[in-house]
Amino acid sequence: MARYEAVIGLEVHAQLGTESKIFCSCSTRFGDEPNSNVCPVCSGMPGVLPVLNEKVVEYAVKMGLAVDCRINGKSVFARKNYFYPDLPKGYQISQFEEPLCEHGRVVVEMEGGTKSFGITRIHMEEDAGKSIHSPAENVSYVDLNRTGVPLIEIVSEPDMRSPEDAVAYLKELRSILVYLGVCDGNMEEGSFRCDANVSIRPLGQEELGTRAELKNMNSFRHVQKALEYEIARQIDLLEDGEAVVQETRLYDADKGVTQPMRGKEEAHDYRYFPDPDLVPLVLDPAWVDKWRGELPELPGPRRGRFESRYGLPAYDAGVLTAEREVADYFEAAVAEYGEPKKISNWIMTDLLRQLSQTGLGASECAFGPKSLAGLVRMVDEGAISQKIAKDVFLELFETGGDPEAYVREKGLTQISDTSALEAAVDRVLSENPKEVEAFRAGKKKLMAFFVGQVMRKTKGQANPAVVNELLARRLG
Amino acid sequence: MKIGPEEVARIAALARLEIDPAKVGQFAEQFNDILDYMDKLSEVDTEGVEPMYGPVEHATVLRCDRTARDCSRDEVLSNAPENDGRFFIVPRIV
Repeated sequence: MARYEAVIGLEVHAQLGTESKIFCSCSTRFGDEPNSNVCPVCSGMPGVLPVLNEKVVEYAVKMGLAVDCRINGKSVFARKNYFYPDLPKGYQISQFEEPLCEHGRVVVEMEGGTKSFGITRIHMEEDAGKSIHSPAENVSYVDLNRTGVPLIEIVSEPDMRSPEDAVAYLKELRSILVYLGVCDGNMEEGSFRCDANVSIRPLGQEELGTRAELKNMNSFRHVQKALEYEIARQIDLLEDGEAVVQETRLYDADKGVTQPMRGKEEAHDYRYFPDPDLVPLVLDPAWVDKWRGELPELPGPRRGRFESRYGLPAYDAGVLTAEREVADYFEAAVAEYGEPKKISNWIMTDLLRQLSQTGLGASECAFGPKSLAGLVRMVDEGAISQKIAKDVFLELFETGGDPEAYVREKGLTQISDTSALEAAVDRVLSENPKEVEAFRAGKKKLMAFFVGQVMRKTKGQANPAVVNELLARRLG
Repeated sequence: MKIGPEEVARIAALARLEIDPAKVGQFAEQFNDILDYMDKLSEVDTEGVEPMYGPVEHATVLRCDRTARDCSRDEVLSNAPENDGRFFIVPRIV
């Protein structure tokens, strides 16, 4: 049986986090009343003139610099012509022949080592509006609030060979955008969208197979599943002696399959031409230098620094630096209390779990890095047990507050005093004679039971090390 | 002839224009006249000349990223053949 390899290229649309739209002053805010952020320019009235938003240029150039692109000193806007009700002008202003950025790459840390995926181009364009299709009536409702919201389209080279490659590339790209502060990276709200071109070919063959374009993948998981399905589908076709058809396919997340998109029979012919309403964008080299100087430390270098400076395992460094806010939280906590691995453990388990449950970002969390550092220090100093610390964390996560004050106020300080614990240990032993007998007969696993009972009697405040020691002495 | 009747029909379809089939030949001729005229430009030696994308030569114009509300929703919707005060309403798309 022939062995195949997949060839995947990705197109990412990232919404830029500007206040106003790309060519007019309408607000870009998500979730406003329909058609409340619309003006003659973005609704395509005759005779209006689009004027480019300087922040869009800055953000797009910064992304280009962050992924090692060549920044073109001169770039041109073009009209991409097609008809759809959410595109009021009948064309989308985009870039075609002379994009802003070209020839970059994204370096990704993967299990098998480092991989580099090429970026063909990054260009600026405007988003389209949204249509809602009425289930009851034979009409569609159009909201133009999103029309003219700035996007950058990031086109990769067909360098990926597996769904895992594709997801790793996308995660890195998203992380870089969020670090730069140019896009919020929200996939559910559509600020970060991805289409994939997939084909397969027999291993060793140079020539590319016929590709399908996949759309409608709203999470990294969808991307993974859709690609897995599509690659298997194409292999089945070739194995059965059939051919792959070049077409656009939509991913159906409920069924876990890709299906040909209906109603797009006519071949796309966008008839691109330079937009006569917009003059070429000529970049002043001084702006580019200034923006280069403003780039923050990016996820890749930061990951490396977390390993070398804080002695963290590669896994921890990867998790902590994936989101800029989380990495900032970690560094602020370590600055307060220099135990990086302990702080890392707390963030990776307790903090990230609570953040994902509440939908909050690390910077919005009321229980700040200083509080977490204080909590970890109290455990280290033996002032509270690990268990109490977890409870305090949950208590204070939403309200915030000083954990030391909270522990003092609630009387949660750990009991390490031997004499205070001896009474509890004795009581537990006298209340459980059968277990004591079994333990002495060799059922050593019961030790955990005794420790648990003492912890209960002391409301979790007993120092487990001391309890273990006392029990061992009494039962020995 | 650079452009035949089929090409005219295709371009009309892309532009959502309904044209009288009897006039397709006439439009094809007109298209070709325009293209022939443009061909005159090919007679000029452009070796080493940078392509120009528009007739306007002035430098880039940018605006500050500041929001403003230029018109109300009622105004925006007022030209639409059908609306419900919130949305434009169009024949069902899918």
